[in-house]
Amino acid sequence: MRDRAVRYVGIPAGTRGAAGDRLFGLVTAGAAWFVLLLLAGAAVSMAWGGRLAFETFGLGFVTGQEWNVVEAKFGALVPIYGTLVTSAIALVIAVPVSIGIALFLTDIAPRWTRGPIAIAIELLAAVPSIIYGMWGLFVFAPFMAAHIEPWLNDHLGDKAVIGPLFSGPPIGIGMLTAGIVLGIMIIPFIASVARDVFNAVPPALKEAAVALGSTRWEILSRVTLPYTRSAIVGAIFLGLGRALGETMAVTFVLGNAHDLSASLLMPSNSIAAAIANEFTEADTNLYRSSLIALAFLLFVVTFIVLTAAKLMLARMDRSFGRTH
Amino acid sequence: MLRRRLVDAIALLFAGAATLFGLFWLAWILWTTLSEGAAALKPSLFTEMTPPPGAEGGLLNAFYGSAMMVLLAIAIGTPIGIAAGTYLAEQGRYSKLAAIVRFVNDILLSAPSIVIGLFIYELVVRTTGHFSGFAGALALAMILIPIVVRTSDESLRLVPDQMREAAFALGLPRWRVTARILYKAALSGILTGILLGLARISGETAPLLFTALNNQFWSADLNAPLANVPVVIFQYAMSPYDEWHALAWAGAFVLTFFVLALNLLVRFVARKGLKT
Repeated sequence: MRDRAVRYVGIPAGTRGAAGDRLFGLVTAGAAWFVLLLLAGAAVSMAWGGRLAFETFGLGFVTGQEWNVVEAKFGALVPIYGTLVTSAIALVIAVPVSIGIALFLTDIAPRWTRGPIAIAIELLAAVPSIIYGMWGLFVFAPFMAAHIEPWLNDHLGDKAVIGPLFSGPPIGIGMLTAGIVLGIMIIPFIASVARDVFNAVPPALKEAAVALGSTRWEILSRVTLPYTRSAIVGAIFLGLGRALGETMAVTFVLGNAHDLSASLLMPSNSIAAAIANEFTEADTNLYRSSLIALAFLLFVVTFIVLTAAKLMLARMDRSFGRTH
Repeated sequence: MLRRRLVDAIALLFAGAATLFGLFWLAWILWTTLSEGAAALKPSLFTEMTPPPGAEGGLLNAFYGSAMMVLLAIAIGTPIGIAAGTYLAEQGRYSKLAAIVRFVNDILLSAPSIVIGLFIYELVVRTTGHFSGFAGALALAMILIPIVVRTSDESLRLVPDQMREAAFALGLPRWRVTARILYKAALSGILTGILLGLARISGETAPLLFTALNNQFWSADLNAPLANVPVVIFQYAMSPYDEWHALAWAGAFVLTFFVLALNLLVRFVARKGLKT
């Protein structure tokens, strides 16, 4: 018995494994490099595919308003503006709601309801974006047109500064509707990260605040939020990254219009929606290249936003271990 | 004191209202899909092909095309994802490369899917000269890979080091420790990742628009444009025909409940697995 066991651990077994180890190491490291290659490949191929547009229009590609297929003039200001405005509306809605949900799930809700509510909120992220788009087009946009937008017209449309934002025909399809749908879509992303970082606040800090007689709101506003500030900003950036690149939901409710208008009620365009709507119809090299150049811009912007999000969240990680 | 209590009560009320607000949209969207979809649900949905405008039909070819592409994407993406995850957790856990790959992987995880579609278009459709189900599967695989990388990395790292040490002490080479013991220990986590990835790519539309395109007829050829549920829903919903709208709702119904059921199942199973 003992002899066999000794032979088992002997040198031959070790060398037999060496070749396998080297191969296994090569394959797994190769796969890791492949992940890097995917991102780099996407960046290079967008830049390469868009070079014709960048060469032809230069900086005018970003500042030009005119998107004219017939005259082959492509300026991306309208889709860029639409992307930024809809994402901004989405954040205005999603940030306070997500923080409210995170607070509710960490401090307020009865313990047994927290799991089910958290899962339900996360299901919002699981619903395919095309479903959001269909619901937005057939249900939510008509609802906006019938109930919300006329009210905005009447009550905010004639105000001094914000008036132009809320005037215009209440047709339901437009930047406001798209922004709201986007906001609903990114709530689960921000809320789940916010909940995790709220849960990671050391209990001693909260207990100290309780001992000083703080109310729950004061704990949140003076202990939890300051303590988790960078991670919350990271979570918001994560949501922003999602909103900027979201395609299908926005394509349905934004209206694919290439006009710049101040009103949030007017149809507009976004980078992702323009590509989704027009790419298969793009019949000239310049047209196709312009759309790919748009994708390149989107890629660069989301890369920056997501990198910022990662860095913000990493600061939190370093200060008290992994949180997400 | 009264003022502080009031502010507190308002804040708590707001938090509760925010949660209700989130749940309200989920309920509204699911109710719409359920009621519109159930009304349009017919047996012919699973036996007939996508119809021309104004005619009755089903989505059989789209279901088939989607299933083929998703399965192929899993066949391509899972081994690559698990291998990369193994590198991150086992081979190079604290190496510089692993840190960079984790970072890049997280970016890929949230990268706009339409950009991934365009990338595969440039890479595959342009070089082969035609749209194909194969290109669609590649685009879906590219969305799946980061999900699998992350979950296999995390679940392998959760395996206690004692298990590795015990296996090494038996004289097993490193690769057999990983292949025979660690994968088994991390199986439920890795499977969870694959199934969540499956749920995610089943509903992806944007990456298929310029890769698989669509096909109105029955086709099992992966080297040609392939019908698929999300793009059919997109085209039919955007059309002016009532029959097409009904089919789009029926497809949306099947898609949504497949994806949600898979999500709930995975969460349920994952939770059970952790307890035992």
